[in-house]
Amino acid sequence: MTAIAQSYFMTGRHVRAFIRQPWFLAITIVQPFIWLFLFSALFRNVAEIPGFGSADSYVDFLTPGVLVMTALFSCGWSGMGIIEDLDHAIMDRFLVSPAHRSSLIVGRIAYELVVLGIEAIIIGGVALLLGARFEGGILGYAALTVCAMLVGAAFAAISDALALVVRQRESVIGFSSFLVLPLSFLSAAFMPLNIVPDWIAFMARFNPVNWAVEAGRAALASNPDWSFILPRIGGLSAVAAAAMWLAIRAFRSYQRSV
Amino acid sequence: MFVQASAPVIEARDLVKTYPGDVRALDGLTFSVESGSIFGLLGPNGAGKSTTVKILTTLSRPDGGAATVAGWDVIREPDRVRHTIGSVSQQSAVDPEATGRENLVLQGRVYGMRGALLAARVDELLERFSLSDAANRVVRTYSGGMQRKLDVAMGLVHRPSVLFLDEPTTGLDPEARADLWDEIARLTREDGLTILMTTHYLEEADRLARRLAIVDQGRLVAEGTPDELKAELRGDAINVELREPDAGQRAAATLAGLSGLRETSLDGAILRARADHAASALPAVLAALDGAGIPVATVTIARPSLDDVYLRHTGRAFRALAEEAS
Ligand SMILES: Nc1ncnc2c1ncn2[C@@H]1O[C@H](COP(=O)(O)OP(=O)(O)OP(=O)(O)O)[C@@H](O)[C@H]1O
Ligand SMILES: [Mg+2]
Repeated sequence: MTAIAQSYFMTGRHVRAFIRQPWFLAITIVQPFIWLFLFSALFRNVAEIPGFGSADSYVDFLTPGVLVMTALFSCGWSGMGIIEDLDHAIMDRFLVSPAHRSSLIVGRIAYELVVLGIEAIIIGGVALLLGARFEGGILGYAALTVCAMLVGAAFAAISDALALVVRQRESVIGFSSFLVLPLSFLSAAFMPLNIVPDWIAFMARFNPVNWAVEAGRAALASNPDWSFILPRIGGLSAVAAAAMWLAIRAFRSYQRSV
Repeated sequence: MFVQASAPVIEARDLVKTYPGDVRALDGLTFSVESGSIFGLLGPNGAGKSTTVKILTTLSRPDGGAATVAGWDVIREPDRVRHTIGSVSQQSAVDPEATGRENLVLQGRVYGMRGALLAARVDELLERFSLSDAANRVVRTYSGGMQRKLDVAMGLVHRPSVLFLDEPTTGLDPEARADLWDEIARLTREDGLTILMTTHYLEEADRLARRLAIVDQGRLVAEGTPDELKAELRGDAINVELREPDAGQRAAATLAGLSGLRETSLDGAILRARADHAASALPAVLAALDGAGIPVATVTIARPSLDDVYLRHTGRAFRALAEEAS
């Protein structure tokens, strides 16, 4: 109970700081626009390739990929905030207070997800403007957003854990920039898996990013196949929970170094 | 829990802490702090003061030894300790992107305080540390002194019974330092807090601490009340710079006859001596030189510093080395 309340207060702290940085806010809003415009322009012809399926709704196809990749990009930086707090001794102050370790991670990740939620709304709106139809409706789009958030939470938690263990900005930057693109391309984010090389299709089966993209895309279909979607959401939840557990454990590694 | 009035509130026994690279930050440190008093931990850079504070506040684990705070074991019952203590780290630990008030409110909430009670406490602290006017500005815009005051206020929000202050006044101007001294003194006098503070300044420890310990290389080298420690010193230094270097020998002979002066020595045009209390010895020194017709350029006096105390306890080896070398 206290841990939940504490997480909520920590989230409040991050959200307030976020709102006070107009540039950051602007980038957060503009970035999804750019992704969606660029990717739909870049890949429009790809949709003509035989085997692609419904080429007429390429924006529908692309939106889950862009949203999940946005989740990776924005949540992968989470560890930078941890390092800021370490540098300002704010983390030490919380660590000698009764604040639960979990609230320091959960509060931060909840904030990342608030930002991601804003981005999801913007991406959805832009996609509709670009001609997406989202047959699955609000519920489908909400399910897609949940998938993106679970993958984002896992990614943020790994970034946080890394920040606590390594305590170097470079490694957090390296982590997110090194992993985002491979994880996105080893998935159905931009291509259906039936037209990519076999080894990519094979690896995608073990890639949580792909689970999120495929489940989110399935949720946007006119008749969502929930028996396909829910197990993937379950798997993503397990990955996110494991990553968060790891991040909470990482405080021990940090405290051994002080 | 049974804590008798006489039981120490902080007790550290044989604390050992090592860091990678063969650094022995603490090497068997033992001391205890009585309830309701200020205990000063002095020592040069790297002596292990902050390491001690980090262990006692549950941030860091010792490799050996044991410690209790308010009766709770810092290793086995860290949560109990955390509810009891307030901690002000050497480095300022406030959130620069939040306002002073937001910092205090969040700190209170972390300790379970809510609503009107918390708001009143925050206002009270802002008032007490003269931060009311700046309360709604983000801390990034605060001066160093304002930040430091906010740091101390943060450590007090939840009314801890034991407070740790790691170099609370370093970097403050003299006036701000004196203000903070008054506040710290008030905390034990009126609120009954037990305070452990680290400092580099003997003057500060002298003003505030009932007892102090001098630490060097992770070991306790001296412990006692400020008066006990100062009594062991050889007194204040008096330095007289003569206007005419030729008069040196004559001046030294003049001062040698004065009572209350010790260890008179000549170094070029500068005459050095020690006195138990330089300020009261000075008129006699000047009168004697004036009587002998020796003009004086400048006079300085220096209170015993931490260096003097420190040298007194650990400097013998250094001096011996220096003599061997020359
Ligand atoms: N996190 C750490 N990792 C490695 N070594 C450390 C760490 N913290 C402290 N040390 C080392 O331990 C020793 C004691 O450091 P400590 O910070 O306790 O000294 P201090 O008495 O507080 O000094 P100062 O007056 O400069 O603050 C030093 O040699 C320091 O380099
Ligand atoms: Mg220190």
